[in-house]
Amino acid sequence: MADEADKRNGTEGASPAERLQPDPPGYFEGESMTRRRAFTVAAQGLGGIAGAAIVLPAVGFAVAPIFHRGKERWEAVGPVGDFVEDTYRQVVFTETVGIGDAGKVTAYVRKSSKQLGEKPGEIVAVSNRCAHLGCPVRFVEAAGNFICPCHGGVYDFQGKRIGGPPVRPLDQFQARVRNGQVELGPRYSVTSQLEPVRARDPGEFTGGVWEYLYPPRPSTFPPPSGG
Amino acid sequence: MKLDSLIPAPLRKPAKPGEGNGATAPAPADLKTAPPERPSDAARLGERAKEAPSDVLAWVDQRTAASGFLTGMLFRKVPKGTNWFYTLGSATLFAFIVQATTGVFLAMFYTPSTTQAYASISHINNDVFLGQFVHGMHKWGSSVMVILVFLHMGRTFFFGAYKYPRELNWVIGVVLLILTMTMAFTGYLLPFDQRSFWASVVGININGTGPVVGPYLSDFLRAGPELGATTLSRFYAIHMLLVPGAIIALIGAHMYLVVKLGTTAPPWVHAKKPKNAEPVAPLEAGVEGNGNGAGPRS
Repeated sequence: MADEADKRNGTEGASPAERLQPDPPGYFEGESMTRRRAFTVAAQGLGGIAGAAIVLPAVGFAVAPIFHRGKERWEAVGPVGDFVEDTYRQVVFTETVGIGDAGKVTAYVRKSSKQLGEKPGEIVAVSNRCAHLGCPVRFVEAAGNFICPCHGGVYDFQGKRIGGPPVRPLDQFQARVRNGQVELGPRYSVTSQLEPVRARDPGEFTGGVWEYLYPPRPSTFPPPSGG
Repeated sequence: MKLDSLIPAPLRKPAKPGEGNGATAPAPADLKTAPPERPSDAARLGERAKEAPSDVLAWVDQRTAASGFLTGMLFRKVPKGTNWFYTLGSATLFAFIVQATTGVFLAMFYTPSTTQAYASISHINNDVFLGQFVHGMHKWGSSVMVILVFLHMGRTFFFGAYKYPRELNWVIGVVLLILTMTMAFTGYLLPFDQRSFWASVVGININGTGPVVGPYLSDFLRAGPELGATTLSRFYAIHMLLVPGAIIALIGAHMYLVVKLGTTAPPWVHAKKPKNAEPVAPLEAGVEGNGNGAGPRS
């Protein structure tokens, strides 16, 4: 569709004021920008699209593991009869597959204790990963406490922090009984009141406002409901 | 002068204007009274051979015009008082070159796999000819490089060399410091022994304690919720591909700015007062100087 400007040829018909201020070179009447500018914008836009086509997949590839949750894994660690209420039994099982011994973790397992006000008939599996920076803690039977060798973190029998730099109780593993065997599953973290939340890394607080400051990661499993 | 003749002509220090020997060279002797002796073929061949390196350089120079840049860079003025502290930057660069060289050759024997990494490092240390030496250079050299970076940074800070117009070079230097620390952190995991494994676990967990982004940063570093097989290859790729490229590029920018802006004099060296300078009028009371060292000194 020819508009008013197309009907004019050059500066013909322009007002005297328009004639005194000629358009810049390359500017055609009726066009909103010079051709040079149009080409510049087009070339830069295409260059940007081409760059993004290379960079975005590469960045997505590198960042994708943040949003990937692996397969839920359960492993039998021994018959129910092996575990008692008043002390822990140490078991080792594979948490991360494919990397040999480096993927193994240690858990301290016992039956739930009525004396401590826990729901009876359940299995409690406490991770040995210190909630400070991830060193391996050890259950000291004489003291009834978990003690971390690195910076002196101390946890009570249930895994609640009672001393040192840790910021929350020890993590736990989901546990169930199948065919008389105790099976351990995904890791989860607990608040200071031992309420289950999604697994956090060591050094990260749980509960209250901390649930927003250290948001749950999509790569972790939902905590067991009901606790 | 003897040394100067060893430097190929295009790279020789340019003569100051009016001081070249062209003007003062002796006039050619009278050809009739003392005709020059015709040199033998062997002598002429020797002369040609002597000039061969110079000819090659001249060939390259004609096509690149690099000698102008090189003489400008190599014979640039340095301020009075330049001392051994000014070599810390070059020392850091040298440490980086050592790391890059030894790293390339370690990569020929290293396997970034969780099940084979430790064995391949043992193989380097115990079986490969000079393997322990090259690995040791890389391992201890990393500490040397970190120490040199900090010494170089301290020199820059205490000599005030970060001030205008060199602020951008300070900023580039800080990025280089962070990249060097990244290299030290990612390299530590690669032997995959107990020490490197737990040090990396703790290091990643410290990263994770940053609010809001921390947990995601940990997952990014580990490529998952737990330290696994992809963590090692990820650290390896960051350690030998991503960060070294960035460091090389930024060292180029860093050194370009050093050559472009020149170095500073130490803070205890001051410009000489002109001999016939008018005495400077005393400043108003209460003004002790303007902080640039340009005010009157008591």
